[in-house]
Amino acid sequence: MKHLYKLLSVLLILYTLVYGMLGSVPRLDILNETIRNVYYHVPIWFAMIFMMTVSLYFSLKTLLNYNHLNDSKAFDASVIGFFFSIPGIATGSLWARYTWGTWWTFQDPKLNGVAVSILIYLAYFILRASVDDEQKRARLSAVYNIFAFVMMNVFIMVLPRITDSLHPGNGGNPAFGKYDLDNNMRMVFYPAVIGWVLFSYWLFELRNRLTLLKHEINE
Amino acid sequence: MKELIKKEFLLEFRQRSTMGGVLVYIAGTIFTSVLCFKGKMDKPTWNALFWIITLFTSVSLSGKSFLKEVGGSALFNYIYYRPQQFIVSKVIYNMVFMLALSLITFCFYSFFVKNEVENTPLFLIVLTLASTGLAGSLSLMSAISAKAGGNFALMSILSFPVVLPLIIVAIKLSKQAVDGIEWAGVDTGLLWILGALNVLTLALSFLLFPYLWRE
Repeated sequence: MKHLYKLLSVLLILYTLVYGMLGSVPRLDILNETIRNVYYHVPIWFAMIFMMTVSLYFSLKTLLNYNHLNDSKAFDASVIGFFFSIPGIATGSLWARYTWGTWWTFQDPKLNGVAVSILIYLAYFILRASVDDEQKRARLSAVYNIFAFVMMNVFIMVLPRITDSLHPGNGGNPAFGKYDLDNNMRMVFYPAVIGWVLFSYWLFELRNRLTLLKHEINE
Repeated sequence: MKELIKKEFLLEFRQRSTMGGVLVYIAGTIFTSVLCFKGKMDKPTWNALFWIITLFTSVSLSGKSFLKEVGGSALFNYIYYRPQQFIVSKVIYNMVFMLALSLITFCFYSFFVKNEVENTPLFLIVLTLASTGLAGSLSLMSAISAKAGGNFALMSILSFPVVLPLIIVAIKLSKQAVDGIEWAGVDTGLLWILGALNVLTLALSFLLFPYLWRE
């Protein structure tokens, strides 16, 4: 029973991989067939934000009552979230190449926001690496993680909506859901989101088990 | 609380060398960057360069604001003050100091380059709000990096990404001040966001600092 969600995630992702390529999509100018990327690019970002939220949750728990388990969970979740940002950027960049005509553009606040979020989490990892004492490291990095999470959300959720953006749903552009995410696409998109989020949670559990085993060996 | 703020200022004025050092730092940075641009700058460049200089000055300044709090004096503060008092005094001190420094930067900059600002009241408002926000987040970052061993590289790595949203909104607003947009045309939404960011960073520092306090 405990492992059901793992099976579910694999099935959902397989389903969206196949059906995402075969299903019918609306014909739109410029986007053409690249609209299928909505099944891969967007859910991966959902998974990343989900993992960062998990990391935030465990950081808060670490601050409220110190426990090395919570601390290691916060760290592992942020590592997995960071890991998801790489395919997120790769699929986004590929998509941008075929719709906006460039791999990367500084005109778009979401891209800048993502770049800064990556810097923020790199800084978080460096902070963790530079403190030796376990308790101190837990506290310092939890404080930074909470602060950074809020700033990251300001950057990728708030700022794009007030300035011009090339992304749908921001800066006056209509959101995908408004007119071109038809029912056929919804049947793939929502399962894809659930599938990737569950998959990220599975990865997180695996990594956390590894960390705990390493910790036990060191003890 | 008042004593703490007073102590900060007293310490600063007793150590004239740091004050002088900061002034020379600002003058040197401005002079170098102006030479790099050969004095030819259009308005967006002027604006961007001003904020870059301000950002670097504030990071290097606030980076040392917790370095003194080690050993005996830290223990003394730990026993006599509450962490909230402590962070508020640090933030107020940093805020005043950063505002003063950004004004000095502005003067030097206008002297060496040219004063491009056409809507001065708006520019001063943005400067004040930005200094407050910077003081709020940089004080916390400085506390973290001081506890983590206190090297300057860590301070800049930690603080640049988290102050970027603030700086970007400030740059957008000050661009409007530089362009001399009339008050009716000023984007008040951005001003509200800048204010909200200030409240957010100050609240976060206030709430999170007590957890750094325990050693």
